[in-house]
Amino acid sequence: MTATQQLLGTDPGWIILVKGLIIFVICVVATLLCVWGERRIVAFMQMRVGPNRVGKFGLLQSLADGVKLALKEDLIPKTADRIVFVIAPIISATTCFMSFAVIPLTGTVQFFGHKTILQLTDLPVGVLYVLAVASVGVYGIVLAGWSSGSTYPLLGGLRSSAQVISYEVAMGLSLVAVFIYAGSMSTSDIVAAQNHWWFSVVLFPSFVIYAISMVGETNRAPFDLAEAEGELVGGFHTEYSSLKFALFFLAEYVNIVAVSSLATTLFMGGYHALPGLGFTETWLGGWFTMVWFLAKVVAFFFLFVWLRGTLPRMRYDQFMQFGWKVLIPISLVWIMVVSTLRVMSQRNVGRMATGGFTLGVVILIIAASSLLDSNKRRKAREDELGEQLPPSFPVPEIPAPRAEQLNG
Amino acid sequence: MAENPLVPTSGEFGLEKAAAESAMIPNEPPASFAKQLQGFWVTLRAMFKKPNTVQYPEVKAPTEARFHGRHQLNRHEDGLEKCIGCELCAWACPADAILVEGANNTEGAQFSPGERYGAVYQINYLRCIFCGLCIEACPTRALTMTNEYELADNDRGKLIFEKEDLLAPLRQGMLMPPHPMYPGSDDGSYYRGEVTGSHPSQEPTHHA
Repeated sequence: MTATQQLLGTDPGWIILVKGLIIFVICVVATLLCVWGERRIVAFMQMRVGPNRVGKFGLLQSLADGVKLALKEDLIPKTADRIVFVIAPIISATTCFMSFAVIPLTGTVQFFGHKTILQLTDLPVGVLYVLAVASVGVYGIVLAGWSSGSTYPLLGGLRSSAQVISYEVAMGLSLVAVFIYAGSMSTSDIVAAQNHWWFSVVLFPSFVIYAISMVGETNRAPFDLAEAEGELVGGFHTEYSSLKFALFFLAEYVNIVAVSSLATTLFMGGYHALPGLGFTETWLGGWFTMVWFLAKVVAFFFLFVWLRGTLPRMRYDQFMQFGWKVLIPISLVWIMVVSTLRVMSQRNVGRMATGGFTLGVVILIIAASSLLDSNKRRKAREDELGEQLPPSFPVPEIPAPRAEQLNG
Repeated sequence: MAENPLVPTSGEFGLEKAAAESAMIPNEPPASFAKQLQGFWVTLRAMFKKPNTVQYPEVKAPTEARFHGRHQLNRHEDGLEKCIGCELCAWACPADAILVEGANNTEGAQFSPGERYGAVYQINYLRCIFCGLCIEACPTRALTMTNEYELADNDRGKLIFEKEDLLAPLRQGMLMPPHPMYPGSDDGSYYRGEVTGSHPSQEPTHHA
């Protein structure tokens, strides 16, 4: 049992309840602020102003939108499966909160005279739990698409399930390196293991892969194919209105905060201060660590918005190709390298051997990439030289008089 | 029979011409990764530029000088209406938004120089598409457009503008019609711009 588990194990029931309430309130308020923040940031990136009417700087805009949504008519299509249609948004909205249970928001603090950590529970398999909960959350989207009894939502739901499954593989693989390095799957241990170096530095490729797959996982631009409004109207939530739609909206933003929190916890040192500012962690009786945590989450959120403001939506096949042919192979190779290096350092293999292995890997990677490159170039040259084949897709026949004219 | 220039001959028709005139679009490989990352710099830099937004109800940016806004029925320099009730604007209107009914000017009630004036003049702003064809059609330059664009209301009836809503206000030296034409003038002198103001004899009290 780790120190954190012992510390949390002594929590009386009412503290657990209060913590749950705090997490819930943080998530909901974060959603309101995120919606506002996203709209403002994207607006500034497009040289607009964004919502600035309701409240100071428009801060209450999302609250007003929420009230408006709640007051709208709640429609259930005739062809919808009524029960599943109602349950789907509830699944989405509840699961997204659950992953916060294992995220440590602060270091050790005095909580109503009780020494604890602002973390609901510390599971030995905490990160696996987060992944599991996230996969259940996809059910909300898939069931919503299926139960709407309509084509576009169905397509959106299918896309989203395929997407989340594909990117969850890459995400899970990127986390393996973290587990190997931290020697644990519990979030508090992983945070503790980053006392000296953040994993975003040590395991930079893992961090990059996680950062990409978390965008895919949350169905956010440029990977928001599940609700590609240009193709699928609104995707899985096309038929939803009123509070049920609001629940999906809530789930999307809580999910963003959740994956950002997980990224903070696993790669950015969690609630720890930036390097060199460690003395701030004792301020306010340890509560200042929460500021660090939230600051890192906000930084990730800004990344999400920045991506959305910059990149166009990917095509579905490109997206899948990227996930399966790029992210997953790179993850696998990287895990092999990391685990080999880890075993080497545990067995106290000499520096020479470690360096030799690293060099070998680098040479191999360069060789493989140049081989791929030359292959690609040769193929391009062949295409250029090769005869222009007629298109393989079906083309309508040229009408007879026109064909005569063309062929003489 | 002479060849109809509007019917294309086979030589200038179709794909050959299009192919000859078309420019080759080079099939370039995707830009390098570093180049693609430049997009992030663009959006980040845009965040610190001045937004183009106009805070509309509080701040009203002036329109372009030739913006097509609400119509206006103009007056001659002595205050007589320029509209002669010819209905050319109504006929030109592609949206059928204008209704004009002309009437005869009489000895005691002269509204415009010459014989006729527009007794009823309505523009339905629910139909108007602000194309300006009515302005082009108007032979007396009676109908022009202003830059006023705030034409919203909560009642459909209020958006049918009557003649008194459209008439230009009286400027310095103008008299409210009906009043007689400038002494010693005919409608031609109005159109030649020879009437530059009202004459005391035109005031209604003199002719009551």
